[in-house]
Amino acid sequence: MEARPIAELRAVTKRYGVVTAARGLNLSIRPGEFLSFLGPSGCGKTTALRMLAGFEQATEGEVLIDGRVVNGVPPYLRPVNMVFQQYALFPHMNVAQNVGYGLNQRRPRPSRAEVAAEVERALQMVRLAGFSDRRVWEMSGGQQQRVALARAIVNRPKILLLDEPMAALDKKLRHEMQIELKSLQRELGITFVLVTHDQEEALSMSDRVCIMDHGQIAQIGTPEDLYDRPQSRYVADFVGRSNFIPAWVMGMVGDHIRAEGPEGLSFTARTGAPLTIGTEILLSLRPEDIQLALAGAPDGHPMRITHRIFLGEHTEYHLSSSAIDHLVTVVPRGADAVLRNLTVGTEVAVCWREGAPLALTRD
Amino acid sequence: MLVLPLLVVVLFSFGERGAAGGYVPAFTLDNYANLAARWTAFQNTILLAPLGTVLCLLIAYPLAYYLAIKADPRWRTILLILVIVPFWTSILIRSYAWIQILGGNGLPRLIAEFGFGRPRLINTPFAVMVGIVYGYLPLMVFPIYVALEKIDRRLLEASADLGSPPWRTFVQITLPLSLAGVATGSMLVFILLMGEFLIPQILGGGKVFFVGNALVDLFLQSRNWPFGAAVAATLVMVMLVIVTLYLRAMKRLSGGRDDVAMM
Repeated sequence: MEARPIAELRAVTKRYGVVTAARGLNLSIRPGEFLSFLGPSGCGKTTALRMLAGFEQATEGEVLIDGRVVNGVPPYLRPVNMVFQQYALFPHMNVAQNVGYGLNQRRPRPSRAEVAAEVERALQMVRLAGFSDRRVWEMSGGQQQRVALARAIVNRPKILLLDEPMAALDKKLRHEMQIELKSLQRELGITFVLVTHDQEEALSMSDRVCIMDHGQIAQIGTPEDLYDRPQSRYVADFVGRSNFIPAWVMGMVGDHIRAEGPEGLSFTARTGAPLTIGTEILLSLRPEDIQLALAGAPDGHPMRITHRIFLGEHTEYHLSSSAIDHLVTVVPRGADAVLRNLTVGTEVAVCWREGAPLALTRD
Repeated sequence: MLVLPLLVVVLFSFGERGAAGGYVPAFTLDNYANLAARWTAFQNTILLAPLGTVLCLLIAYPLAYYLAIKADPRWRTILLILVIVPFWTSILIRSYAWIQILGGNGLPRLIAEFGFGRPRLINTPFAVMVGIVYGYLPLMVFPIYVALEKIDRRLLEASADLGSPPWRTFVQITLPLSLAGVATGSMLVFILLMGEFLIPQILGGGKVFFVGNALVDLFLQSRNWPFGAAVAATLVMVMLVIVTLYLRAMKRLSGGRDDVAMM
C-alpha cells in the first residue's frame, strides 16, 4: 500500500496567452522522496515547480499539497520553500537574518532566542556554523548556496523546491554539493523536488526522475528504469547516450523480439510492450553495450573507424558502415591496449549481446 | 574652481556696502548681526523646503513604485516620458499656468460653483507648495524609480515563499532596498528648494518669501552685496548642517537594517 502523496498534479495545464508551458501534467510526489524534473530549457519543468511554489497558478487542473487543493493559494500560505537559482539572498541582511527570515514571518512570532537557536542549527546542518554575522555578498558562491539552503530548511517545509540550485557552481563544487544535498535530504526526511537540465545531477541524486518534453511528461521512473527501459527515443537520447538503428519486427522469441535492420542485419531486442510483426521500430543501443573486436572476428558486423576521442576513463570511437551510418561505442581504460589505440580508418568488427538493443516504437 | 565663488561670498559678507551699492573691503560682523531682519525668509525656507521635500516624496514614491513594479513594461517608457514632459518648458511659463489655475477664475471659481465658498488659493503658502511639488516631482521620481527598478524580482518571490504577505515584503525588502533612491531624491529636491525663488515669487505673490527671494532683492534691487553675501553664507551653513544630519540619519537607518527584519 502506498502512502498518501505529499503533492499531486492532476491534469494540470499552464498557458501564458497562446503559449502552453505545461500540458496535462499528472504526477504524484511521494512523501520523503527525491524527485527531479529533468529536461531542456523550455520543457515546462520550471513552470511545474513554480506551480508547486505558488508563483504560477494552473490554468486548468488541480495542484494538491498534503492532500489539500492549493489552486489560488499564494506562496506565503503554502507549506513549501524554495532554493532559487541565483539564491536570491536578501542583500541588506546578514546570514543569520536571511536564514531567520522565514521564522520571523510566523504568527504568533517565535521569540528571538528560539529563532537564533533554529538559525544556528540550520547553519550547522549546511556546515556554516559561525557565519551568522557575515554579509551575504562577502561570501563565495558555494557558501551563498548553503545560506539559501539553510534559509529554506529552517522552516521545515513539507516540500523543499530546488530550482537549478547548482547551475552557478563549478563542476567540482557541484559534485560535492550533490552528495551533500542527498545526505541532507536523508537526514531531514523532507521531500525534495529538484529542477535541472543536467542529467547527471538528476540521475545521481533522485529516487525518481520526471523527464519533461515540450510541456508534457515524457516518462517518470527511477534513474535505472529510465536508463535501462526508456519508452521513447527522446528519453533514451536524453538519459545517457544511445545509437538508434531503424528496423522492422520479424517475430517474437520468448519476451524478446527478432528484428531486421538495414541490409538484412538481424537483432534480438528487448521490448517494453508486445509488438506486431512488420512494425517499424527504432533500436536503441547504448555505446557501452557494443563490443569492439579486430576485423575478421566471427559474428561481428564489419565497420570502419571515423573518429577516435580519448576521454581519460574511456576511449570513444565513431564507426560507420554501409548499413549503419553512424555508431558510437566506448572502450574502457581497462580494455586491451590494442583496442584502445586503433587509428581512424581501421576496419573493425562490432557485436552486441543478444537482448542488449531495446525496441522503441517510432514516433 | 568650485570653492572660489563660495570664498568670495564669505569674503564679501565681512565687507561694507558702498555708497552706490556693491562692496567696499572691510572687516565687520554687522551683516551677520543684521540677519534677524530677514528672519521671515529663513523661517519660510526652513519650514517650506523640508515640507516640500516630504510632500514630493509622499507623491513620488507611489508613482515610482507603480512605474517600476506594477506598470506593464510595454507602457513604462511612455509613462516615464510623461513624467519628464513638463521639463520641456520653462518653470516660469508653467508657474504662470498655475496662476491661471489657482487664480480667481480657476479652481476657486469651480469650487464656488459647487457651493463650497470661494477659497483664496493664489499667493498663499498652499499655492507655493503646489508649485513646488509640481516642479520638483520628477527629480524625486527618477532616483526612486531607478532604485526600485534595480531590485531583483526574485527577492520579492523569495520573501513571499518564506511566508511574508505582500505588504510585509514591501516593508522588509522593497523599502529598505530603495532607501538609497529616497536619499538621493530627497537630497536633490531639498538642496534645490533651499535656493528656490521663482515659485514663491510667482505663486506666492511676494507674500511667501524664501531666502532665495531675499537674495534676489539684496543683490539686484538694493545692491547691498555684503548683507546679501552674509545671508547667502548663512543659508549655505544651515543647509550643510541639515544635509549632514539627514545623511547621518539615513546611514543609521541603513546600518540599523538589522532591525528591519524584526518588523
